[in-house]
Amino acid sequence: MSAHAMTPHGHASHSAHAAHHDAGPTTALGFWIYLMSDCILFAALFATYAVLSPATAGGPTEAELFELPFVLVETFLLLLSSVTFGFGMLAAVGRDRPRAMRWFMVTFLLGAGFLAMELYEFNHLIHIGAGPSTSAFLSAFFTLVGTHGLHVTFGMIWLATMMVHVMRDGFTDTNLTRLNCLSMFWHFLDVIWIGVFTLVYLMGAL
Amino acid sequence: MLGKLTLEAVPYHEPIIMIALAGVGLIGLAIAAWITRAGRWGWLWKDWLTSVDHKNIGIMYIILALVMLLRGFADALMMRAQLALATGGAPGYLPPHHYDQIFTAHGVIMIFFVAMPFIVGLMNLVVPLQIGARDVAFPMLNNLSFWLTVSGALLLNISLGIGEFAKTGWLAFPPLSGLQYSPDVGVDYYIWALQISGVGTTLAGVNMIATILQMRAPGMTMFRMPIFAWTSLCSNMLIVAAFPVLAATLAMLAADRYLDFHFFTNDGGGNAMMYVNLIWIWGHPEVYILILPIFGVFSEIVSTFSTKRLFGYVALVWATVCITVLSFVVWLHHFFTMGSGANVNAFFGITTMLISIPTGVKVFNWLFTMYRGRVRMETPVMWTIGFIITFVIGGMTGVLLAVPGANFVLHNSLFLVAHFHNVIIGGVLFGCFAALTYWFPKATGIKLDEMWGKRAFWCWLVGFYLAFMPLYVLGFLGMTRRMNHSDNPLWTPYLYVALLGALVIAAGIACQLIQFYVSIRDREANRDLTGDPWGGRTLEWAIASPAPFYNFAETPNVRDIDAYWDMKEQGLSPKTHDFEPIHMPNNSATGLVTGAIATVFGFALVWHIWWLAAVTLLGIIATPIIHSFTAGNGYEVSPDTIERMEREHMARVKHAHRAESELVGA
Repeated sequence: MSAHAMTPHGHASHSAHAAHHDAGPTTALGFWIYLMSDCILFAALFATYAVLSPATAGGPTEAELFELPFVLVETFLLLLSSVTFGFGMLAAVGRDRPRAMRWFMVTFLLGAGFLAMELYEFNHLIHIGAGPSTSAFLSAFFTLVGTHGLHVTFGMIWLATMMVHVMRDGFTDTNLTRLNCLSMFWHFLDVIWIGVFTLVYLMGAL
Repeated sequence: MLGKLTLEAVPYHEPIIMIALAGVGLIGLAIAAWITRAGRWGWLWKDWLTSVDHKNIGIMYIILALVMLLRGFADALMMRAQLALATGGAPGYLPPHHYDQIFTAHGVIMIFFVAMPFIVGLMNLVVPLQIGARDVAFPMLNNLSFWLTVSGALLLNISLGIGEFAKTGWLAFPPLSGLQYSPDVGVDYYIWALQISGVGTTLAGVNMIATILQMRAPGMTMFRMPIFAWTSLCSNMLIVAAFPVLAATLAMLAADRYLDFHFFTNDGGGNAMMYVNLIWIWGHPEVYILILPIFGVFSEIVSTFSTKRLFGYVALVWATVCITVLSFVVWLHHFFTMGSGANVNAFFGITTMLISIPTGVKVFNWLFTMYRGRVRMETPVMWTIGFIITFVIGGMTGVLLAVPGANFVLHNSLFLVAHFHNVIIGGVLFGCFAALTYWFPKATGIKLDEMWGKRAFWCWLVGFYLAFMPLYVLGFLGMTRRMNHSDNPLWTPYLYVALLGALVIAAGIACQLIQFYVSIRDREANRDLTGDPWGGRTLEWAIASPAPFYNFAETPNVRDIDAYWDMKEQGLSPKTHDFEPIHMPNNSATGLVTGAIATVFGFALVWHIWWLAAVTLLGIIATPIIHSFTAGNGYEVSPDTIERMEREHMARVKHAHRAESELVGA
């Protein structure tokens, strides 16, 4: 059963009407501009981390805290989730709803796995006395990594919402535009994480 | 249950605050009573509060700015009065803890809740009309942006009656703004008011860029855009690039205060100087966010009232782009004295001086546009000429301050205070008033009264010079800023003159209020029937005043920078039949609801009412999700409705032309 058949026809043609005809590209562009502003938010946090990472105030240093194998697994979970989201989007464009929903579900689970690992790491650090109050370095670390984690959380809420939307209305123009934006958001978080992995974990542990 | 909030938080022992609150309460009640009596609540809700029409949102932004201007100016008057009274060793009438809140609130209000909403409101109102668009790219988001700005303004005003405001100065430098030296709620109000309104501003910037890039009328290439649209584009790019830094910085300060982090604390490896860097990386572009659109306003006015094409359009565009880029590499001039070393200071001193070059280009653009033009000396032009003279003086003192050596002497003095008021009042505010007069007919259909407009202008101009020129002198005499009282007899006469200046400005504001009253009272005589009251050159003047809700009955075709002037030259008459239906977006209460929840969220965070913060946070997340399921698809305006409205407009235009020719004949 194709998703297209499930879509009430009148609805799809209505939203594609005259003035809203080019709403898709405009929304995508607007969302892209928003992502660039988000990128600058992260730039500020990265710069802060770069300045404060030596400021350990007698507390533990990066090399003492970071475990690269653990972070590598975490990284691969997130990178893999970008791949699976890509498959989901391909299925969505091909209007294959069951297939798309499966990939979205896998993406959601991978995101949840990433987040669980991050929370485990945070909990572990706080437990061994390396919480954000310990030093400026750790304040900056928790803020940078935590802000990324918060973004992933919002991405997952958004993804769950979109799955409901797709179940309800199928791949309408509006839903495809929304999925397109979410897809950009998700890949963007990947890019940011590459920065975190390199600048925080790799350069810190090596 | 209520966190830190107790009845003690209400400053009922402070008569000044209580009188102010009573005044605000009475005015609020009077307005509510008037609306009820006129039976206008439904109209208010439907046509304004939940409206997604860019024009209505623009007007609401400007009303917010004007209301906050009154409060910000009341603060200014109180400060000037305090300084004039507390000279020669007298204590004055404002104790330091109150005075410090006033100068902080004054700065925060004037920048974030007067200048910003005024500028954003103008862009909202004018840019879609200038580029021949139906609305902005994301109308619902536009409404949300507005209500988030209102939410920030509300939080700031609530701090007047419940608790207190920051006593740190308008940028809240740590460690003073840290928990150790500011344990009270003032800085928390500051953080959440700016954080919430900042989100609104960022979204507004995204919206406006997408609008300008995607929704221009056919034929309007980038280099055929009206100059105000260009300067708005650059300004919004600065918003999108700079405001996230402010958000990050304030979030870090909040983490220091709420979660015992160590970004800017004295202990734990924190670095307070990093805050100063970060906040000015936002702060310097911010002044260009404010002034660039105003440069656009003056360009439009100069060209229209000189009945001449703008001199050097392309040069002006590139000058704007240069300023946009340069504005990100000058931030360190705000703290030459922090100790970055001679080479770093020299770099930033030179980049700062460089900015004066493209700005100077613009001044010559305006002068050469007026040169040999037929300049009509109406109120917008008066503001423009007042601006050019005043802004050049402010610019020169700015270049002086850009010399690191001179800056070491003058930093933190009243010379600096005089400088930035010189460019912000003489630049941004004069520009806002010029724009208000210029576009008021387009927004409301009524021209503002010329006589009271000119009176307001002269009071503001003279008042400005009286109030701020003495401050340059006081700066040289060694008076520092943010001083509560002084005992140097040499300063006293200058402080008196400055107070006098503030009072003359007060008279100017009174003239403006009277101007509104008189113009609305005599609205029948002041009506703009043609939609083109000034002999305009750009597309917004091609349609009726006030602009119909759908803006353009038919999307215009653009062949020239002065698109409407070109149409008039060609003798094109507007279409009166065979219209296509127009698709319009639905009203939405989502923005208003989100703004209201955000206000409660901010309040809960200020007072550490954690359960309420959690509930409202969930509300903020849930509202857009619910909106995504319930939003309508918009509605269609029938060709008949458009034809009727366009014909009515044409009838009014004919009537106006007939009346004019009879007048000439008589």
